[in-house]
Amino acid sequence: MTNAVGTSDRPMAEFFAMGGYAWYVWPSYGIAAAVLIGLLVASVRGLRGQETTLKALEGARPRRRPRANTGNGTGDAAGRPAAGVEG
Amino acid sequence: MHRFANPARFLRLSAAILPWSAGATVVLLIVGLYLSLFGSPPDYQQGDTVRIMYIHVPAAWMSLFVYTNMAIAAAVGLVWKHPLADLFAKAAAPVGAGFTAVCLITGSLWGAPMWGTWWVWDARLTSVLILFFLYLGYMALVNAFDSPERGIKAGNVLLLVGIVNVPIIKFSVDWWNTLHQPSSVIRMGGPTIDSTMLWPLLVMALAFTTYFVSVVLLRVKAEILARRIQTLRLSEAQG
Repeated sequence: MTNAVGTSDRPMAEFFAMGGYAWYVWPSYGIAAAVLIGLLVASVRGLRGQETTLKALEGARPRRRPRANTGNGTGDAAGRPAAGVEG
Repeated sequence: MHRFANPARFLRLSAAILPWSAGATVVLLIVGLYLSLFGSPPDYQQGDTVRIMYIHVPAAWMSLFVYTNMAIAAAVGLVWKHPLADLFAKAAAPVGAGFTAVCLITGSLWGAPMWGTWWVWDARLTSVLILFFLYLGYMALVNAFDSPERGIKAGNVLLLVGIVNVPIIKFSVDWWNTLHQPSSVIRMGGPTIDSTMLWPLLVMALAFTTYFVSVVLLRVKAEILARRIQTLRLSEAQG
């Protein structure tokens, strides 16, 4: 590993130059980062949006029966959600 | 398998897995990027362009891995009417398309200095481009129907038909003449690649896999919530 980059025999400027191939190497890493981060952000925002809509819908009307799969203690005896959600 | 068809059970399971898969992604990416950029030597023929490989090859593996998983989920969804299998395929498609796009673009950026061309219409490159269009076609088809169930069903059929492309991509470098180099990792007789290059490759591939798991868990959850919203709206409309 004597000629690995970042070691004393290969300074940082040389590292960023990528042996003259900087214009091919760095865009590759940049595009991968952009796609992966973009997908992650879009997915998180999509999930947040659905959560907000669902809360609004469930808060807008009294529930006829408690739902087993969302029942985490946030409903009173009449089946109404405890947290007041606008919408 | 029907134990996991219960969305509530799935949501509990995914909430338990997500912190671990997300944490593993961060750690693996840091280690993988360090090995790719600092810990590995330039190639004796290709110089530093070999570092594109640590993005390009894992992205290519993921493009096939994600599609194969989607096709298996499509079969499960069609045969057993497994609701989560349908949602998985729908949730995974944009991630698979993203990996395929990264594979194609980084391949071009690698091909330009090493082959002297950004693109050739040979078997490997063309079949991967078709895979990209299969992802896009599936996403368009699933959303093209008023009833989500019909869209999912049509999409599942497309996924199963398109699976024929996966072995074509894998073996295209052996079956046809191509500029693309043959396999050096997943091949008969073991890898021919040096371990200083194999390690960053494997760590990056693992990082991409845990990234995929994390994002798909988020997206499946969003799909489950979307279904619930749809049911609530329908029951509201019907009084």
